[in-house]
Amino acid sequence: MKPRVHAWLVNGALASCTALVLFPLFWMLSVSFMQPGEANNLPPPMLPLHPTLANYRELFAHAGMGRYFANSLVISTSITLLSLACNTLAGYAFAKLHFAGRERMFGVLIGALVIPAQVAMLPLFLLLKYAGLINSYWAVILPAMASVFGIFLVRQYARGIPGELLEAARVDGAGELRIFIQVVLPLLKPILVTLAVFTFLVAWNDFMWPLIALTGQQHYTLPVGLASLSREHVQDSGLMMAGAVVTVVPVLALFLALQRYYLRGLLLGSVKG
Amino acid sequence: MNRGTAAWLFLAPALLVLGVFFLLPVFAGLGLSLTDYDLYALADFHNLRFVGLANYWDLLHRPLFWAALGHTLYFVIVGVPLSMLCSLGTALLLNASAARFKPFFRTALFAPVVTTVVAVAVIWRYLFNTQFGVVNFVLTHLGISPIDWLGDPHWAMPMIILFAVWKNFGYNMIILLAGLQAIPADLYEAACIDGASAWQQFRQITLPALTPILLMVGILTVSGYFQLFAEPYVITEGGPLQSTVSVLYLMYDQGFKWWNMGTASAVAFLLFLVMFVATALMWRFGEGRESVA
Amino acid sequence: MTQRPPARIAVLLAGVAALLLAGCSASSQHVTTLEFWTVGPEGEAFAQLLPEFEQANPDIDVRVQRIPLTAAHEKLLTAYAGDSLPDVVQIGNTWIAEFAALHALVPLQPRVAPSKVIHADDYFASAWATNVIDGTLYGIPWYIDTRLLFYRADLLRDAGFDTPPRNRAEWRAQMDAIRATSHGTRWGALLPTNEYDQLLALALQQHVPLLRDGDRYGNFGSAAFKRTLAFYADLFKRGDLPDWTNVQVGNPWQAFGRGEFVFYLSGPWNIGEFRKRLPASQQGEWSTAQLPGPNGPGDSVAYGSSLVILRHSKHQDAAWTLIEYLSRPDVQVRFYELLGDLPARRSAWESPALKGDPKLRAFRAQLEHMRPAPQVPEWEQIVNMMQQVAARAVAGELTVDEAAAQMDTQADAILAKRRWVLARQHAAIP
Repeated sequence: MKPRVHAWLVNGALASCTALVLFPLFWMLSVSFMQPGEANNLPPPMLPLHPTLANYRELFAHAGMGRYFANSLVISTSITLLSLACNTLAGYAFAKLHFAGRERMFGVLIGALVIPAQVAMLPLFLLLKYAGLINSYWAVILPAMASVFGIFLVRQYARGIPGELLEAARVDGAGELRIFIQVVLPLLKPILVTLAVFTFLVAWNDFMWPLIALTGQQHYTLPVGLASLSREHVQDSGLMMAGAVVTVVPVLALFLALQRYYLRGLLLGSVKG
Repeated sequence: MNRGTAAWLFLAPALLVLGVFFLLPVFAGLGLSLTDYDLYALADFHNLRFVGLANYWDLLHRPLFWAALGHTLYFVIVGVPLSMLCSLGTALLLNASAARFKPFFRTALFAPVVTTVVAVAVIWRYLFNTQFGVVNFVLTHLGISPIDWLGDPHWAMPMIILFAVWKNFGYNMIILLAGLQAIPADLYEAACIDGASAWQQFRQITLPALTPILLMVGILTVSGYFQLFAEPYVITEGGPLQSTVSVLYLMYDQGFKWWNMGTASAVAFLLFLVMFVATALMWRFGEGRESVA
Repeated sequence: MTQRPPARIAVLLAGVAALLLAGCSASSQHVTTLEFWTVGPEGEAFAQLLPEFEQANPDIDVRVQRIPLTAAHEKLLTAYAGDSLPDVVQIGNTWIAEFAALHALVPLQPRVAPSKVIHADDYFASAWATNVIDGTLYGIPWYIDTRLLFYRADLLRDAGFDTPPRNRAEWRAQMDAIRATSHGTRWGALLPTNEYDQLLALALQQHVPLLRDGDRYGNFGSAAFKRTLAFYADLFKRGDLPDWTNVQVGNPWQAFGRGEFVFYLSGPWNIGEFRKRLPASQQGEWSTAQLPGPNGPGDSVAYGSSLVILRHSKHQDAAWTLIEYLSRPDVQVRFYELLGDLPARRSAWESPALKGDPKLRAFRAQLEHMRPAPQVPEWEQIVNMMQQVAARAVAGELTVDEAAAQMDTQADAILAKRRWVLARQHAAIP
C-alpha cells in the first residue's frame, strides 16, 4: 500500500475514533448552555441557539452544587495528603528497610488486592455507624487513608534509590526518620506527584462508598449529589449536563495539566513487577 | 532507634488503616453473611439470628441471583474482549509511524478514563434516549428503526457494555502502547526484508511479544468488569425488567436499600468466589500458554 | 528545598483540618435549629411559607431538605441506619408501620390531647386511621393523597364520549375507541410499568386483602387479585397502554399537553403541576374523574403524607410547634393553592378555594372511597416486588396465574422474619 494512502488511513482512523470518543463530552458541554427543554426536541440540537448560563445558576442557587463541590474538594484533598503520608512511609519501608517477614507481608498485601472492596463495605458501614462516624467526612476519609496500590507504587519506585546513600547517612549518625525526610523524600518527589494525582482523581470520582457512607445531603460529594439530582430531575437535561460539566471539568483539567505524571504512574503500576 | 523498630513504625499507619478498615470488615462480613441481620436487627439487636449457610442456600435458589450473575457474566464475556480489541486497535494506530499529532490523540482517547462515571453515565442516558437521543437520530438516518435502548430488556445491557468500553478502553490502550513501543524495531525490519506481510508480522512478532501484557491487562479488566455497579445504578436503575441488575447492584439493593445485610454480605462473598475462580482460571490458562510459547 | 516542604504541608494540613471541623460541627446558639425533611415539591412550597413561620416563632430556625420521591424511602432508611435522621419528616403513610417497628417515631397522642390546633375528629377518618399502629398514634396527617384519573376531556370528546368512564368495562371501551379513532397515534392511558401505585389502587378495589392471616402471608393468589391483574395486563396487550417506564416517558406533563395519551392515573399534586406547566389555553381541556371500579365508581388507595417526630430528635417541642403550624386549616389551604395538595382536615375543605374548584370534585368524591394498603413494615418491599412481577406479566414473560403465584412465593419469603418476630412476641405474652 502506498505510504500516503497508508498515512491517510491511519490518521483518518485516529481522527474518527477521537471524534466518536470525544463527542459525548462535547455534547455535555453544549447542552449545559442550552435553554431548559431545548435538548428534548427532534432533531437533537448540537449547538445552543441562545446560549445561557441559566442551568449553572440554577445548579448553584437551588441544587446545592456549590456545597457538593466543596465537600468533594475537602474530602479528596484530605485523602490525598493523608494517604500520601501513610503510603509513602510504608512503601519506603517495604523497599529499603529490612525486617523479618518483609517479603511475606508484602505478598499478603498483594494478595489482598484480589478481594473486591465491596465485600468489606457492609461491615465497614456498621463499624462506622457504631463509632458514630457515618455521615461525616471521616467516614469516607478514614478507609481511604492507605491503599495497597499506593504502597506498591512507592515501593517499586523506592527500590531504585541507591542503598549507599542511605548507608552513608546512617554512618553519619542520622536517625531513620531524618534520613526519610531529608534524603528519601526529595528523591521520591516524582512518584509522590504521580501518586498524588492518581489518588486525587480516584477520590474525586469515587461513587459507591460515598453513596453509602454519606447519608445526609449536606455531606454529599459531587458524584453522589449528581446521582441524586439525576433521580429527581431526569427531565431537565440542561441542568444535568451542567452538573456533569462541574463534576468532570476539574479532574479533566488536573489530568491535562499533570498527565505526564499520571500516565507514568499508570505504567509503573501495571507493566513492571 | 534501630532499623527494625523504625520499619514497624513506618508501616504502622498504613497497616493500621488497612487492618481496621479493610481486613477486619472482610472477616466481619463473613460473619455477617451467616446471620439474618436486617431492619428488625438494626432496630433491636435481639432480633438477630445466626442462620449458618441459610443465606447462601436461599441465594443459590433465588432466580434473581442467577439472573444477576448471568447479566454480570454477559457484561464480562462481551465487554472485556470488545474493550481489549479497542485498546489494541487504538494502540496499534498510535504506534504506527505514519500517525501524526500522537500526544493529542493519545490524550483525547484517554480522556474518558478520568471522567466521573456518574457524570458520563448521565450523558449517555440522554444520548440513548429513545425519542430524543442522538444515537437513535443517527440510526433512523441510516435507515435502521430506532432502538428502545432504555426500555427494551435486550438492548439495555448492550448499551451499558458500549458505555463501559468507551469509558475504559483508554486505560489499557496506554499500557498496550507502552508494550508495543518496547518491541525492538529491528525485529520488524528483519521480517520486512524476509518478505513478511503486515498481518504476518502482527501474528509472529507483535502478538507473542504482547501476550504477557495482554494476559495481565485481561485479568485486571475482567476483575474490574465483575464489579459492575455505577452504570446500572445511574442509567437504568437495574431495569428494564431487571435486565441490568448486576451482582453488585443486587448487593447494594439488598444491603443498602432494604437493609437485608446478611443476604447482601452473602452476595458479596459469592461474587468474590466467582471472581477468584475466573481470574485463577485465566492465570492458569496464561501460564500454560506462556510455557508453550 | 528540603526544609520548606514540611512547613508548607503543615499549613495545608491545618487548613484542611479547619475545613473538616467546620463541616462537621453544627452551629448551636439560643436559636433552635430544626431539621425538616420534605419529599417532593412540598419543600419548595414550604420555603414560601417559612418567613411567616419564623416571624411567629423567632427562636426556631427551620432547615428544609428536599428529597425526591423516588429516593425517599431509601434515604430515610439509610438515615435511620446511619443515625442521621432529622427532627421532623414528611413521611408517606404507608411507611409509618415500618418506622414504628424500627422504634424511630415518637407517639404523638400525649401532644394531641391538649393541643388547641389539632383535633382528631376534624380529620378524615381513613387518614387518621393510617397513622395509628397497634393503637398508638405516630403521625399527624398532613395532606391526603389518592390515585384517580386525569383526562383530556377534549380528546375524549373527539373519540366520541362526553363523560369519563364509570366502570372498568367502559374505561376499556373508551380507550379502545381512542386508539381506533386516532389510528394508533394516541395511547389510551399512561400507567408507567415501574410505578406500583396504579396497580395497587386497582387491586384495592376488590375488597379482598392483599395479605392474609394477620398480614403474615401473601394473598395475591386470590381470585379477586388475579381478576385485577388480568384486567391490567390485558390493557397493555390490547395496545391501550404503552409498555413504558417513567424513564422512557421523559416529561409526562409535556406528553399530556401534547395529547400523547388521554387518561393519566395519578395523584393530586398533578393538579398544581398541570396548572403550572400547561398553557392557559389548555386549562379548560383537562379534568379529573373518580377511578372506575369493577361495577361502578371504585375505591382508590388511601395515601397521604404525615408529619412525624423522630425519636432521636433533641428539639421535640420545637418540632411539635412546626407540626401544629402546618396543621392549621388556613395553612393547609395555602398548600393547596400552591401545590394542589389536598388537606387532611375537613374544615380546610370548607374554604372557597377548595369548595369552588371544579377539578377537585372528583377528588372529594374519591376521598369517601379510599382503602389503605396493608400496614406491615415490609410493605414497601412487597409492593415493589409486586410491580416487578406484574411488569413481567405485562411483557408477556409470565401468565397471570404464574405471576400471582410468584408474588405469593416472594411475599411469603419477605414476611418470614415478621412471622418469627410475631411468634416470639406471642410466646413472650404469658
